[in-house]
Amino acid sequence: MTPRDPWLAFARHTPARIALGRTGASLPTDEVLRFALAHAQARDAVHTPFDGEAVAQGIAELGLPVLAADSAAASRDIYLRRPDLGRRLSDESRLRLAEAAGGEVDLAIVAADGLSSTAVHVQAVPFLAALKPWVAAEGWSLAPVVVARQARVALGDEAGALLKARAVLVLIGERPGLSSPDSLGLYLTFAPRPGRSDAERNCISNVRGDGLTFEAAAFKLSWLLREAFRRGLTGVDLKDDSDAVAQEARRPLTAG
Amino acid sequence: MAFLHRVGPRSYAFADLKDLMAKATPLRSGDVLAGIAAASAEESVAARMCLAEVPLKAFLSQALIPYETDEVTRLILDTHDAAAFAPVASMTVGDFRDHLLSHEATPAALARLAPGLTPEMVAAVSKIMRNQDLILVARKCPVVTRFRNTIGLPGTMAVRLQPNHPTDDAAGVSASILDGLLYGAGDAVIGINPASDSLPVIERLLKLMDEVIGRFEIPTQSCVLTHVTSSIELMNRGAPVDLVFQSIAGTEGANRSFGVDLAVLKEAADAARALKRGTVGQNAMYFETGQGSALSADAHHGVDQQTCEARAYAVARAFEPLLVNTVVGFIGPEYLYDGKQIIRAGLEDHFCGKLLGVPLGVDVCYTNHAEADQDDMDSLLTLLAAAGVTYVMGIPGADDVMLNYQSTSFHDALYVREVFGLKRAPEFEAWLARMGITGPDGRIAPASASHPLLGFVERAA
Repeated sequence: MTPRDPWLAFARHTPARIALGRTGASLPTDEVLRFALAHAQARDAVHTPFDGEAVAQGIAELGLPVLAADSAAASRDIYLRRPDLGRRLSDESRLRLAEAAGGEVDLAIVAADGLSSTAVHVQAVPFLAALKPWVAAEGWSLAPVVVARQARVALGDEAGALLKARAVLVLIGERPGLSSPDSLGLYLTFAPRPGRSDAERNCISNVRGDGLTFEAAAFKLSWLLREAFRRGLTGVDLKDDSDAVAQEARRPLTAG
Repeated sequence: MAFLHRVGPRSYAFADLKDLMAKATPLRSGDVLAGIAAASAEESVAARMCLAEVPLKAFLSQALIPYETDEVTRLILDTHDAAAFAPVASMTVGDFRDHLLSHEATPAALARLAPGLTPEMVAAVSKIMRNQDLILVARKCPVVTRFRNTIGLPGTMAVRLQPNHPTDDAAGVSASILDGLLYGAGDAVIGINPASDSLPVIERLLKLMDEVIGRFEIPTQSCVLTHVTSSIELMNRGAPVDLVFQSIAGTEGANRSFGVDLAVLKEAADAARALKRGTVGQNAMYFETGQGSALSADAHHGVDQQTCEARAYAVARAFEPLLVNTVVGFIGPEYLYDGKQIIRAGLEDHFCGKLLGVPLGVDVCYTNHAEADQDDMDSLLTLLAAAGVTYVMGIPGADDVMLNYQSTSFHDALYVREVFGLKRAPEFEAWLARMGITGPDGRIAPASASHPLLGFVERAA
């Protein structure tokens, strides 16, 4: 055994791999193997199949209508090599969304597998449960929630435009890390349409039990959405100043 | 202008210079994705043979991306130094490779040449160079920059201490900073990628680092890697901004997708320099780049990703940065598929940056959806150390728990210091010795439970 570093107690403050100890300049044996195991598990997470039906059912149980959709990437391998296909709906899904669209709505929501289907399996429903009271309090109208397979963030631009939404929110599995294979990202885009650039979105990342909590993420998201509607934009010109809001104002006010 | 090259019975035609450049590029998934890669191995080598015969001067008259529509092209051509270019003005790309490898091409001569080179010339010659050529020439191109210490001296390699935390928690960030400092890392910068875009959160992180650097008189600089417009706003609010960060790319359109242009970069660079927070110099910008960003933004104009990347260094060069690094394996397997492609790209990027006079570091890294692992990173790190890389990343255990990718660790940096005898920035090296973190042999000394640095994590908690 190599000796542990005397600051090992600080490891409780962070999931980062601190105070690993060393033998000479190098990592101790147990750390090398622990890392190899984590990498093996993250590799497996990338290839876990997406259970869109279960996600759709969980969302339906919140009382929200759901639409299933596929991107134009037919398989995981194609998805990884062809991001352009992951950003577009399949022809069939495009038709289905166009048929399902009603009048204009405030917000379309897309739950997409991205690079971690596990993240969407675990985090999407509880996040939407936390967001629902904010949507009710603000009186925002919603399109049916789209559950999308082999999808990237920009797929939301096409989906949001088809569903005639003033803004689109994409919940997507972030690339799995060694310590967080199940992290959800939130991308908000005002006036969605194909061709929007990443500079025109706001992002809230690392939504998961051990990261940003569902309540905190829902508060931030609703703050950004309110500002997006007020100013008519999202992206680099919309700065997130939500942390300046007092703690007591971070709960949704429901009509009494 | 079309190019033609004959190999035995077959002849290969290339529509124009950018087509020739793309087909001459060693195979990578991003150029295949863009539909511009060579169709066969023979076509790729035929393109390299053809490219070797192209005069360097051709790159001054045949812009790969039109001058009229792209401000990066205008920057490159308008700032080209014809006098510096003169010694190589009559060479072909092939002659230029031979010249770079010759003993006449000394470090001093190459430094004088840099303002006369365009990114396209540098990218072109890299395409006909083997990995050992990229290493040998880059090693002859040290680039020295200064803020609170001196980065890039021959025989040194710096490390960016990257203490990211998934919720920007002050105690969590502090714990990783402590870990890095006690492992002898942090001379390039203590640089946090924030999880949040929130200005109050970013300001708190800036103050946290400013306090640590001030309290322990650490000869280094801090940075929160947020959007340049946020840094401008934070400077206006009086926040302690040392280095201003921005991701940049090699075309106007790709930069626009990042929400920046040359004018806003200039505004930020002027504002940061005016704060005069550096003590030994005022190189106050920090840029990150990476092959594939222009294609990702659909703004590559049919130019191969490695040439687009070299053009990003021309953008960087215009703002006298302290640090520039390619994040070589970060963007994913659709641009660099596996360890072999990542290693090649890392060496190309480092070579191109150094030859253009940019202080190039490399984030030696991969994601979990790429076909790569720690062994590939060990190989690239070792090759880059041989090539004289300016700095690499230092992340606890190589696992970035916020950005979800694997880079290099504090231990990895100690490993290359052992193998190559590389020192840190001299001011930082002296500080480590003064603090008892390193012993008389320059190696990390056994850590003491009563080290004064340990106190600041408790205060942050």
